[in-house]
Amino acid sequence: MKARLRRIGSWIADRAGLEPIFRFLKEYKVPPELGRTKKGWFWVLGQALVFVFLAQVVTGTGLAMKYIPSPVHAWDSLQFLNNEVMWGGFVRALHYFGASAMVVLVFAHMARIVITGSYKFPRELNWITGVVLLFLVLAMAFTGQLLRWDHHGVATVDVAASILGRFPLVGPWLMEIVLSGQTVGGATLSRFFALHVIVFPLLIVAMIGVHLYLALANGVSEPPKAGRPVDPATYRSWYERHKEEGNTRFFPDVAWREVAFALLVYAVIFGLAFFLGPKGPGAPPDPTFTEQVPRPDWYFLWLYTLIWYKPAALDAVVLVWFPLLVFPALMLLPLLFGTGERAPSRRPWAVVAVGGAFVIWATLTAFGLRPHWIPNFDTDPVPAAMLAGAPPEVHAGAAVFYERGCQYCHVAYDRGGDYGPDLNQSVARLSREEMTVRIMMGIGNMPAYAHILSASEVDNVLAYIYWAAERRARPAEERDAPGASDAAEREAAEPGREGPP
Amino acid sequence: MEPDPKPSAADCPEIPLARRQFLAMLVLGMGGLAGTALLVPWMGLFLAPHHRSDLDAWRDVGEPDDFPVGETLKVIFRDPEPLPWAGYSGRSAAWVRRVSDNEFAAFTTYCTHVGCAVRWEEGAQLFMCPCHGGAFHANGMVAAGPPPRPLDRFPIRVHDGRVEIQAVGMPRPDDAPEAGRTPGQDRGKDRELGS
Repeated sequence: MKARLRRIGSWIADRAGLEPIFRFLKEYKVPPELGRTKKGWFWVLGQALVFVFLAQVVTGTGLAMKYIPSPVHAWDSLQFLNNEVMWGGFVRALHYFGASAMVVLVFAHMARIVITGSYKFPRELNWITGVVLLFLVLAMAFTGQLLRWDHHGVATVDVAASILGRFPLVGPWLMEIVLSGQTVGGATLSRFFALHVIVFPLLIVAMIGVHLYLALANGVSEPPKAGRPVDPATYRSWYERHKEEGNTRFFPDVAWREVAFALLVYAVIFGLAFFLGPKGPGAPPDPTFTEQVPRPDWYFLWLYTLIWYKPAALDAVVLVWFPLLVFPALMLLPLLFGTGERAPSRRPWAVVAVGGAFVIWATLTAFGLRPHWIPNFDTDPVPAAMLAGAPPEVHAGAAVFYERGCQYCHVAYDRGGDYGPDLNQSVARLSREEMTVRIMMGIGNMPAYAHILSASEVDNVLAYIYWAAERRARPAEERDAPGASDAAEREAAEPGREGPP
Repeated sequence: MEPDPKPSAADCPEIPLARRQFLAMLVLGMGGLAGTALLVPWMGLFLAPHHRSDLDAWRDVGEPDDFPVGETLKVIFRDPEPLPWAGYSGRSAAWVRRVSDNEFAAFTTYCTHVGCAVRWEEGAQLFMCPCHGGAFHANGMVAAGPPPRPLDRFPIRVHDGRVEIQAVGMPRPDDAPEAGRTPGQDRGKDRELGS
């Protein structure tokens, strides 16, 4: 039986011409450091990307069997997947965390290649095809967000279209291409579905093929050593000699690490999917629903924050030239710095660039998770009990402070937003006249309220702000427990004597 | 001596170089033609936006009496180009303000910063954006935050006793008049520098 199977196997291998390919892969040599030293662990990220991409194909194919790319049905079909289909929610979660892993790994892979200078001669095209793959992975993340068909995903596409609309000359046209019309609607969803499920995956498969072929053709880069610069005249012959002398094979000397790491990544994805479950969908993307507070997925949060922090004068730079030029600029990297030292110890700027990019990304993302630049629409009025004992104008001021939206951005007493400064600090810094001028005329990101508030309303608001500052300056125990309850008791004992008019 | 059954190279005359070059060009040309033949109609589907005849249609959003003077209300109407299967995604919203008896203004819900949906806050008398904290006055002028220009407007009219909005899609920057910075925002910036 075994002999017969083997005969069938070798018949297929012979007629399909697979023998030379098997032999090539079996005997393919890599730099010995990758097999014999722990440095090999840094050379596993690319293969892990291939593994996770395969997982995305498998989970995505499963999801496509139940998902309906129609504006009326998409959201319901996701609910159906979450709640009715066996493993449906789990596969959605796998797909989401798989996508997150793709983004994490693609940047980690890129960072490793910059730090070890692996993009240098003769691997310039490996890098350039890698940049194309980076773009495709981000394009998948972006199109996938819309397929979730909740108001977050749709708002993200609205924002992207609005940014594209700013491009010189072709902006409005690009905007129509992305939206497939004038607004995000049924045509947009169909287009994004086709791109996400057919076009981009096919391009990714093709580019992975080219990328892997180049990796085999140019050889896997060796871990760099300070004082061993890349010289195009001698590198290739040195590299071949180095591999021959080392006699380390890709399979299985190095491949085991790659598979082990890929398995670890799978374990993390499965663990996250199991414990955290699928993402969304959030509220349906009704374009007339204006009470939304949309957020992009974490991969684009840094941009969301950056759009807030950039000065208005840099609008064009951040919104137009950066997205337009970042990929061409990345592609130029090996053409500008293609030879010389590869060791990070001799290329401090490469390390600084990667470290700096990571720190900037992490900081922007962290701010994006808890944005302080938006009004806190969910703030509640300060309960009357907490204002007990305060004079009537303070009660009136607290009401105005809440109803007129001051509290969306400011804390005066106990609750409010943090877009604007805490008013406790403002009253310490500013005179009452300066406070009044700021309320009336606005300043920085504070709107002018001159036409919105009456003079008496401004007086009451100020009374409330100063009362709150004075109350907050007291020691905690006097402020909260006894003071408030004393006043509440007094009010309960003699109703109507104090408190709101 | 056995005659060789296979024809040898000597039996066939060498293909002249010029002919070979011509054939190479022919292969590339025909391949390119086939590719173009497929790509052109494909590009038609990919690029062509859905230009439809009712793009500039006027949409009925109610009677004038539905809009008290000085109030800002949300109206919902059909998109400029709803697909038959668009459902709720084929609707648009606008903020309609009756400025005076005869004057209406209709603002789009898209913030002019990066296009998030702005909400009208009646108490604050401001449009506020939930993405980057932009704010607009009731007349659409920038009140605060990063928006570079006033809220975009829909054409609005009273026609045969009905209030009508001309449905256009998402505003595009080149549609908007070069309003630049509004007085409110200039003041904010100056004061920021001065303080």
